[in-house]
Parts: sequence; C-alpha cells; structure tokens
Amino acid sequence: MTRVVSASRNLRARTGTTGLVYLALVIVLVVGALFVALRGGNLFTAANTVDLFTRSSLLGFLAIGQTLVILCRSLDLSVGYVTALSTMVAAITMAGDPSRIVLGIGATLGLAALIGLVNGLVITRLRVNPFIATLGMGLIIKGYLDTRFQGPGGSIPAEFQTFGLSRVGVLPVSTLVMLALAVAVILFLRRTRTGFHMYAVGGDAEVARLSGIRPELPVIIAHVLCSMTAGVAGLLLASRFGTGNTLVYGNGYELEAIAAVVLGGTYLLGGRGGVAGTVAGVFILATLDTVFNTLSVDPFVKDVLRGAIVIAAVAIYARGQHARTAVRLRFPSGGAPPPATVPPDPPTSPPEAEPAARGGTR
Amino acid sequence: MTGAPLLRMTGIGKSFLGVRVLHGVDLDLHAGELHALVGENGAGKSTLMKVLAGVHRADTGRIELDGAEVSFEHPVRAQRAGVSTVFQEFNLLPERTVAQNVFLGRETRTRGVVDDRAMEGATAELLADLGLAGIAPWSKVRHLSVAEQQVVEIVKALSHDARVISMDEPTAALADHEVEVLYRIIARLRERGVGILYVSHRLKEIFDLADTITVLKDGHLVDTMAAADTRPAELVRKMVGRPVSSVFPDPLEPHGERVGEVRLSVSGAGNTRLDGIDLEVRGGEIVGLAGLQGSGRTEIAHGLFGVDRFTRGEVHVDGRRIDPRSPRRAVRAGLALVTEDRKSQGLLLDQSVLANARLVLDAVPPFGSGRRVRRIPGILSSLELVARGGHGQEVRFLSGGNQQKVVLAKWLATDPGVMILDEPTRGIDVGAKQAVYSLMRELAAAGVAILLISSELPELIGMSDRLVVLDDGRVAGELPGGSSEETVMALATGASVHREEAAP
Repeated sequence: MTRVVSASRNLRARTGTTGLVYLALVIVLVVGALFVALRGGNLFTAANTVDLFTRSSLLGFLAIGQTLVILCRSLDLSVGYVTALSTMVAAITMAGDPSRIVLGIGATLGLAALIGLVNGLVITRLRVNPFIATLGMGLIIKGYLDTRFQGPGGSIPAEFQTFGLSRVGVLPVSTLVMLALAVAVILFLRRTRTGFHMYAVGGDAEVARLSGIRPELPVIIAHVLCSMTAGVAGLLLASRFGTGNTLVYGNGYELEAIAAVVLGGTYLLGGRGGVAGTVAGVFILATLDTVFNTLSVDPFVKDVLRGAIVIAAVAIYARGQHARTAVRLRFPSGGAPPPATVPPDPPTSPPEAEPAARGGTR
Repeated sequence: MTGAPLLRMTGIGKSFLGVRVLHGVDLDLHAGELHALVGENGAGKSTLMKVLAGVHRADTGRIELDGAEVSFEHPVRAQRAGVSTVFQEFNLLPERTVAQNVFLGRETRTRGVVDDRAMEGATAELLADLGLAGIAPWSKVRHLSVAEQQVVEIVKALSHDARVISMDEPTAALADHEVEVLYRIIARLRERGVGILYVSHRLKEIFDLADTITVLKDGHLVDTMAAADTRPAELVRKMVGRPVSSVFPDPLEPHGERVGEVRLSVSGAGNTRLDGIDLEVRGGEIVGLAGLQGSGRTEIAHGLFGVDRFTRGEVHVDGRRIDPRSPRRAVRAGLALVTEDRKSQGLLLDQSVLANARLVLDAVPPFGSGRRVRRIPGILSSLELVARGGHGQEVRFLSGGNQQKVVLAKWLATDPGVMILDEPTRGIDVGAKQAVYSLMRELAAAGVAILLISSELPELIGMSDRLVVLDDGRVAGELPGGSSEETVMALATGASVHREEAAP
C-alpha cells in the first residue's frame, strides 16, 4: 500500500505547472540554439554559457524573494531601490578593508531586513495596498539616494569581489549561491509551517484565519525575506562593480523579477506556484537575453519580443485555471427525464412543448 | 433518547443591527443522535449554527458541552472543543492537497519539519474509516468534485476529534448518488457516537435520517419532536402558518392595451442548473416563482435576462422569439430585471440618483432618446423618492427603500413589457414595501407582464395571480394565487412524495 502510494505521489509531484515551465525552458534553449546555429554560431560556447549564468544570478536573487511575496498575495516594488541602497551600504561599510567584509554583509542584510519589516507592517497593520506601500518605500529610498550621493561611492575589497567575478568551470560563484538559496527556500516552503501558511494566506486569507493561522505573520516574513534577497542582489552588484552605485535602481529590476516569477507559473493572485518554477523563469529570461546578444538583435525588437513571450506564457498558464469555486452542475448533460411525481393540478397553460423541442435548439 | 445530552443550548438569543433573529432557542443533542433543524428561509437555522460554530456570539443563553459551559469566541476554539461545522461554502484551499487542507493551521511536524507523508497517512486513515479510500490525500482539492470536497470538510472535522458536527444543507450541492454516500458517512459517524446537527429543507432526508426534529420559525422555537412520531404534513404545518401580518393592495381595473396577451413564454428551457422550464406570463398578470433557496428561482431570472444563458429551450417575448445571450439583448427585447442584490448588482453606489436612473437608457442605444430621458424626473417623483440632496445625491446615502426606488425608476424608464422582480422588498421598510406593491399593481393594470420572485411566502401568495413552484431546478407544479402556505411548501420541499401517508 505505502509503496504504491509513494510511487504515484512522486509521479504527481513531477507533473503540473512547474513541469510545463521547465519544458518551456528546454524549448527556448533549443529554438535559441537553432537560430544561433542558422547564423553560423554556437549558443553553447563557454563564453555564452558563462554570460547566461551570470545574467541569471542577479535576477535569480530578486525573483526568489519576489516569489515569496507574490505567494502571499502581496507585491514588492521597492526591491530595485533596496538593491541600489545595498550596493552603497556594502561599499561604504567595507571601505576597501577585507576585515570589514562580514560587517558590510551584516549591515547590508540587516538594513534590507528592516526595510522589509516596515513594508510588511505597513501592509498588514495599516492595511495599505502592497502596490502603493512598496512603491512609496521605493520612492523614499530613491529620494535619499538622489540627495545624499552623486554617482559611485565606497569601495569593495578585492577578496569580496570574488563573489561577483570568480567562477567554478562555467558556473559563476554567484549562480551557485543563487541556486543554493533557491533550494533552501524550496525546502522552507515545503517543510515549514510558515511556508505552508504562506500558501494558505495567499490562497484565501479568511480560510487561513478560520483555521487558526495569524494571517499577518507569513506576509511580514515574506516581505523581510524578499528585501533580504534584494540586499544579496545589491552585494552581488557591488562586488562586480567594486564600488557602490546608486543608479542601478533605474534598471527596472523589480518588474523583471515579477516577470520571472509569473513566467515561472506562480499565480499573481497568490496561493499557487513556487521557487522551482521561478528559477526556470529566470533561466528563460537569461537565455533570451543571451540569444539576442549573440544574434545582435536590435534593442527595441529585443524588448518587444521579451514582452510578447511573457504575455504569451502567462496566457497559456491561465488556460483551464478557471472554475476555482465548485459550481454545482445539476443538469450537466442536457435534459434528464422529469421526476416521477405528478404535479397536483395541471396548469391552465397550453400543452407542453414536445420532448423533441427540448435540446434541439442552441 | 435518555441520559445527559452531549450538547445543550439554552435560551440562545441573537440580534443583528437591532433585529432579533433568534429568540431564546433551546436545543439538546445526544451522542450518536441526528438532530434535524428545519424552518423556512430566514427562520434562524443558519444563525443558530453559526453561534454554535463560534462565527457569531450569542447575545443571551448558554452552551454546555458534557455539562460544562463553553464559550466560543473564534471558530478555532469551537473546533478544539470538538464542535465542527461543515458550511455550505467550503473553507478549503483549492490549490493545496487534501491532507494539507485537513491539517491546515496545525501541520504535523517530525524533527521540526512539516511531514507531508505523516499528514497524508493520517488523512488516508480517516478516509478509510469512512469507507472512502477512493480520495487520494495528495490530490489537490481543486481537482475534486463538490461531493468529495464536502467529504474533505467532514474529514477535517473528524481530524479535530469532533464529537459534534453540524452540517448546513449538506446535500444542496450533491447529485443523488452522492447523497447516498453522505448517508453512509452519516451512519458511520453516528456509530462512533458523534452527535449531528443537520440543517435541511428537504423533508425526505429529514425523515430518512433524523431521530429528533426541531422546528424554528421567525427565530422562535416552535417544537422539538421525535421524528418517528411526526408526519410530513404536520411538520410542514409547523414550519409555516404564521398570521398574515401585512395587507396587500387589491388588483386594479386593467386599462392597458396588452392585458391578457401572452407577453412572455418559455418552453423547455434549461442549462446546467435548470431543466424543462415551461412558463407563461400574460400582460396584466403577476406570476410568482416559489421555491426554496437554490431551487432555481434566481437562475430562471438570470437565464431570461442573459446573465447565465439557457442552453436549450425557447423564449418568446410578445410573440417574437428571442435569444437572450446578454443583458443588452434582453433589454432590447423589452425585459427588465430588478436584481436580488441591490447594492452589488443594481446600483452604482458612488453615483447620483439621476446617473443611476439614466444608466440603462444611456447604455443601450435605441433607448437614449431625449423623450425617455426627460421622463425620468417624473418617474422618480411618482415613486415618491426621498433624497435629501435631490437627484444629484449619491445613491449610497439613501435608505434601502429609496435605493430600491432608484432601481425601479431605472427600469421603468425603459418602458419594459416584461418585468422580473427578484426579491424586490428585501431589506426595505414597511412603507417602501407598500409602495413597491402598489407599483406592481399599477404596472400590471397597464399591461406589463410581471414575474415575481420572493422568499417571503405571504408576499408571494398575496401578490401573485398564479404561482409556479420550483424544486431542484424543475417546475414542481403550478398553484392558483391565494393558495395556502402549506400547499406551496409541500410542493417546494418535495413533501408530495409522502402524499399517500401524509393524506389525512
């Protein structure tokens, strides 16, 4: 009994939207490779592969955090600004001194966590719409950065730059860290009560509340973790540049991260999806960028294609996901024979329509 | 039943916004007993269940479990004490598995991590106990049928070691073969000593299942009796038969051109909720649609008005065949629908009285003529609308009765030939009710065909020339206006099945 159960259980676990996303990733890789090959190139050269993985790590950190927030039916638009702030905090705290690396990491992640905590509290306690709350937080950070700093600042010691620049074979260290984080968050979602409650709150906050869950807690934790991943993204950028840079907030990271999450099959209204799909979504976007770069596609066409692919993917996932509430289909297959009981007194109306008339019209 | 009751509710009273919906109701439930709670729509059954479930708090009275007084401030407190409720709308997460739903909020952990296998094993055991090994604990609830979802709710209740389970219309969403499964589950639960409180409209189920029956009417306890000593006819008499409290205006002298002509005729109409609906309404006639909640009254209105489409059958208006595919088409064909839910379906609450009254005229082109628009102020004043800020007043500041007048004005402006009124007097004061009744009489006299839907039987009987009674998506029969409430309820609850034994 148990063996049969676990076997079919694994079978089910492998199917579903996540499987679809990985299939899409394979298709994108194959089609991309074909296009590159048609131009006489090779998508899988060492240089291209390194490029692909390097692109995926930064977006990966941001998208993993965003997945948690979106699962709770919230949103974080401040991550781009938190990333920019984090590059400055890291570079200025480390100030080129290798002995201050740990302090710099701690200060960066601590501040990011604090920002996430404020986001979470504003959304759950003050009941501000997440869109507005995190956009406001982003603008506050932007204002601070714009008035206090002009251009790059601080300095990252060479030892810490290995995080952004070194690699093992074709795999950059940052990508390995990103994948390790992804595995950790997957386990968090599947093996902890808080992870379970994130799905519950995002799926239906009232059901969660009636089951004895405090619905605010998972949302706050998701926001703290999301901001911290933005902090990690900031550390990565700083270690690549060697300095802090306030202007990275202009790169639209938050929207790209949301695109990756949605592309990964997480439902924008919460309660459904996961980090495994998000990682595939990140790799799909990174593959597209690498392919476009190799083919030297016009930047405008590139953006149009990326947008079209994200929309098309979500349209495909959305199919067959309706009927979330159980509706009773009393007569699903057309007219059934009338009940045996005879009405007490026949109505004064003209003769009933012939049975043939029933179901004959559309 | 002998011995001390498992659950004892005494003197339960509850008011909402100053309206008393429960007046000192007493109820005892013994272990292994099935206690049916019956009454008309609005008799207070659901409120009593929600008090027991911890959703509402009673204003007066006490609840005892095994002789000790309990107080449930939150549904979780009730569940922990062993009192679980299966509501009509399920409290399940469609995207999570059966096991995850059953253990939601108290997930099993081994060595600090949530153990899906353990929860699935425990869920499988509970399912097997009920003889339902066919439901896989790891399948997502979204993939289950309505009946299976209900089973999940029951399993969730059992996983709390529930000793009392209350069920609100558990068969409302089930097909006949699924009802048999539920019967078997209920039998198992009773063998295990679970006390079941069972709310249902269907007399057949009540006589099949119940040991004891409590009848509620208008929030009062009418009687508690052993099912074995009761006959369906007697039960129906106890459920209805209240004194007629309001007086309905008499029909007026007809003067319209189309009085007596068939203005609306429906034959063999059906969709997923309805089947074989035949209906005819003449100009000058008020036809009442009677039936219990969920019997298909509103579904007929929605089908006629193109909200949910009929997939078979024919609809004729004034002799012309129409295909009501959208409300827009229905409006063009001369239909009007005053919806059941005024605030969410009938009005734009943040807009003015005038904007609401013009809504249909502005939206559906042939009606937008100046002539019709100019008539609106006259219609509003003839309805005696009271709006302190005049016709520019935002609708949300009006009383329920005045809001309903705005809805009526909106439809009167289109000069409808057929008017469907779904619960037109719900939640409005007595004066406004009288205004709605007189308006219906005037419209009928002018030759409009009126289809009236109402849960208030006296109103339906008092206003209608004929009554079409629905049961379970089909026409159960037709009765003349002025029939007794007993006759209507007997048809609507399917009590005519027991006709032979019920006949005096």
